[in-house]
Amino acid sequence: MPVGPGEVWVVIEQEGGRAEPVSWELMGEAAALARKLGARPAAVILGSAGRQLSSAAFSSGAEVAYLVEHPDLEPYTADPHCQALVELAEKFTPQIILLGATTRGRDLASAAATELETGLTADCTRLDIDTTKKLLRQTRPAFGGNVMATIITPHHLPQIATVRPGVFTAPQPVEGVSGETVVLKPHIKATATAVKQLQFVPNPDTGVTLKGAKVIVAGGRGLKAGRNFALLEELAAELGGEVGASRGAVDAGWISQHRQVGQTGQTVRPVLYFAVGISGAVQHLAGMQESDVIVAINNDPEAPIFEVADYGIVGDLFEVMPAMIGEVRQRKLAAGAAASPALLKQGGAMRMEAGTGGESE
Amino acid sequence: MRINSVVCIKQVPDTTQVRIDPDSGSLIRQGIPSVINPYDLYALEAALKVRDSHGGTITALSMGPPQADEALRKVLGYGIDRAVLLSDRAFAGADTLATTYTLSAAIRKIAGELIAAGGAGVDMVFCGKQSIDGDTGQVGPGLARRLDLSQVTYVCSLLEVAAETRTVRAWRQREDGRELLEARLPVAVTITEACNPIRYAALPDLLRAAKAPVEVWSAADLEVEPDRLGLKGSPTRVSKVFAPPARERGETLSGPDRPPNEIAAALFDKLAERGLTIGGSRG
Ligand SMILES: Cc1cc2nc3c(=O)[nH]c(=O)nc-3n(C[C@H](O)[C@H](O)[C@H](O)COP(=O)(O)OP(=O)(O)OC[C@H]3O[C@@H](n4cnc5c(N)ncnc54)[C@H](O)[C@@H]3O)c2cc1C
Ligand SMILES: Nc1ncnc2c1ncn2[C@@H]1O[C@H](COP(=O)(O)O)[C@@H](O)[C@H]1O
Repeated sequence: MPVGPGEVWVVIEQEGGRAEPVSWELMGEAAALARKLGARPAAVILGSAGRQLSSAAFSSGAEVAYLVEHPDLEPYTADPHCQALVELAEKFTPQIILLGATTRGRDLASAAATELETGLTADCTRLDIDTTKKLLRQTRPAFGGNVMATIITPHHLPQIATVRPGVFTAPQPVEGVSGETVVLKPHIKATATAVKQLQFVPNPDTGVTLKGAKVIVAGGRGLKAGRNFALLEELAAELGGEVGASRGAVDAGWISQHRQVGQTGQTVRPVLYFAVGISGAVQHLAGMQESDVIVAINNDPEAPIFEVADYGIVGDLFEVMPAMIGEVRQRKLAAGAAASPALLKQGGAMRMEAGTGGESE
Repeated sequence: MRINSVVCIKQVPDTTQVRIDPDSGSLIRQGIPSVINPYDLYALEAALKVRDSHGGTITALSMGPPQADEALRKVLGYGIDRAVLLSDRAFAGADTLATTYTLSAAIRKIAGELIAAGGAGVDMVFCGKQSIDGDTGQVGPGLARRLDLSQVTYVCSLLEVAAETRTVRAWRQREDGRELLEARLPVAVTITEACNPIRYAALPDLLRAAKAPVEVWSAADLEVEPDRLGLKGSPTRVSKVFAPPARERGETLSGPDRPPNEIAAALFDKLAERGLTIGGSRG
C-alpha cells in the first residue's frame, strides 16, 4: 500500500505498444497536478506492451509505471479493462485518474467510475488544484460550448476526468529518467458481458493529422461543392498545413469526417487557422478557438466567426482564396525557398513543434 | 426470438440557445425550447429496426421534470409499446452516477414486468452516444455496469441480432477506424449519428399516441435507496458556471473595393509582424 497522498494516474491509451498522443499530453499535466498535491504521478499501462511504454512514461513525467498485463486486455474492450482498472484503483487508491476523452477513454472511464461509485467529469479543457481543499477543479464546456462549468468531486475518491486530445501540450521528453515499475497480473473474470472484436478496419484516410498541424485551412458550406476543397488543399500545401472542415461540409458529403473540427469533431490548436466559408457556430468554435491566430473569410459580415477572428475578411472566398494562394507563392519565391517548413515562427519555437513528440516510444 | 428493448430518451434544452447571464453569471434557462436529444432518436430508430425484424417490445424511458412527458409523447408517435417517465423531486440534480442508478432501477422493474407477463426480460438497452447538454456519454456504459449488460458504445452500424446464439454484431466507431464487435445479449448500446435517422411516424401510430398515456413513476415506485438519488447521490458538484472566455474580435482586412490581392498581401504582412513568415528562411 502506498503511503502519503494518493497518486495522480494517467491511463495510457495504447494498442500493440503504440500510445495515443493524448496519453503523453495528460502525463505532463498529471505531473504538474501531482507536484501541487505533493503526490506521485503514475502511468497505468493496460495490455502487454507496458515494458515498451514505461520509459516513454518516465520521460514524460511519470514516477511510477503500473504495467497491468493480461491477454484479455488486447484488443481493447470495455469489460476486462474496467475490471483491471478497478482492481488496480482499489488496491493503490489513487486520488486522481485521468484518461483521454476518446472513444476508448470515455468508454472505460464511465464503466470504471460506475464500479468505483465515484464522480467522472467528461471532456475537460482545464484542470487545476484547489490547494486549500486539495481537490481537482475540472473545467469543461457544457451546453454545446455556450457555457463553461467547473466541476469538483468533493467527497469521493478517486476523482476521475477525461480530457480531450489537444488540450494540453505533451512535455518535451526528458531522456534518461527512470522510475518505479510495478508489474501486476489482474484477476479478470471471464464474464457473460465479454465483447469480442471480430474485425478492425482502419480509416482509409490515415494521412489526416489535424492534431499536430501548425496550419489548418478549414472549409464549410460556403465552399458549395466538394471539388472546391481543392482551393483549400492548395493553400494548405503551400503553407505546409492540413485541410479541416465544419460539420456542415462533412454532412454535405464533401469531405471526410476525420477532418471535422468542433464539438463532435476534433479539438485543434494550430498556430494559424483559416475558416473559409464557415459561419462559426458554437459547436465549431468549441474545437478551434484556442488557435493562436484565426483568419476568417466569409461573405456575410454578420457571420459569428468574425467575433473570434484575429483577421476578418468579408468577401467571396472564390476571389479571396486564389489571391491568398498567389500571395504565398510569391512570397516563397521571393524568399527563395519552395521547401518546407513553409511557415516559420520567429523568436522561439512554435508550440506545435514541442507538441509533436507525443508518439515517442 | 422476440427482443425487448428499452430506449433511453432525454429531453434537453436546445443548447444552441443556452447562454450565461453576464450580470448574474448564472444560466439563462427561461424561454429556451426543449428538444429530444438528437442522438436518442437515432437510438430509437435502431430499436425500431430490431423490432421490425424480431418482434418484441420497445419501452421508452426518461428521467426528468414533469414537462419531459412531452418528449415521451412524441416518441410514442413512432409506435412504441410503452413510455415511462421517472419524475420526482428526489431525482433532481442527478449527475451521471445517480442517473444510471435511477434508470437502472427502472429498467429492472420493466424487466420484471416483462417476465411476469411471460416474456424474457429486457434484452437490449439503447442510448444516444451522448446528450447535447451534458455531453458526457457516460450513461450508456453506466447502465451496462449496473445491469450486467455487455457494453458497446459509439455504434455506427447495428447489424442484425442473432436470435439462436443470443448475440448481436455492431460496428463501433473509433478515432482510428471502425471495429466489428460481437456481444452477448443482454446488451447496452450507444448509437451515433452514423446510424439511420428516425423514420417518419405513421399516422395510425400518431393517432394512437395522442391518447396513449405516459406512465409516471416516482421514487416510491422503484426499489431504490433515497441517499443514492438525485443531488444527494451525485459525487460531482458544479462549483461554478461561466461564459466561455471570449476571444477579442480582431481587425477587418477587407474594405469596400479593396482588391483580393491587396487583402492577401495585408494578411501576410500582419502575420509576418507576429513572427509568422512565409518561406524557408528567417529573413
Ligand atoms: C450536437 C451538435 C454537434 C455539432 N458539432 C459540430 C462540430 O463538431 N463541428 C462543426 O463544425 N459543427 C458542428 N455542429 C453543427 C453546427 O451547429 C453548424 O451547423 C455547422 O458548423 C455549420 O457549418 P458551416 O459553417 O460550414 O455552414 P453554414 O452555417 O451554412 O455556414 C456557411 C457560411 O459560408 C458563408 N459563405 C457562403 N458562400 C460564401 C462565399 N462564396 N464566400 C465566402 N463565404 C461564403 C456563409 O455566409 C455562411 O456563413 C454541431 C451541431 C450539433 C447540434
Ligand atoms: N435523464 C435521462 N433520462 C433518460 N435517458 C438519459 C438521461 N440522461 C442520459 N440519458 C441517455 O444516455 C445517453 C447519454 O447521455 P449522457 O451520458 O448524459 O451524455 C443519452 O443519449 C440518453 O440516451
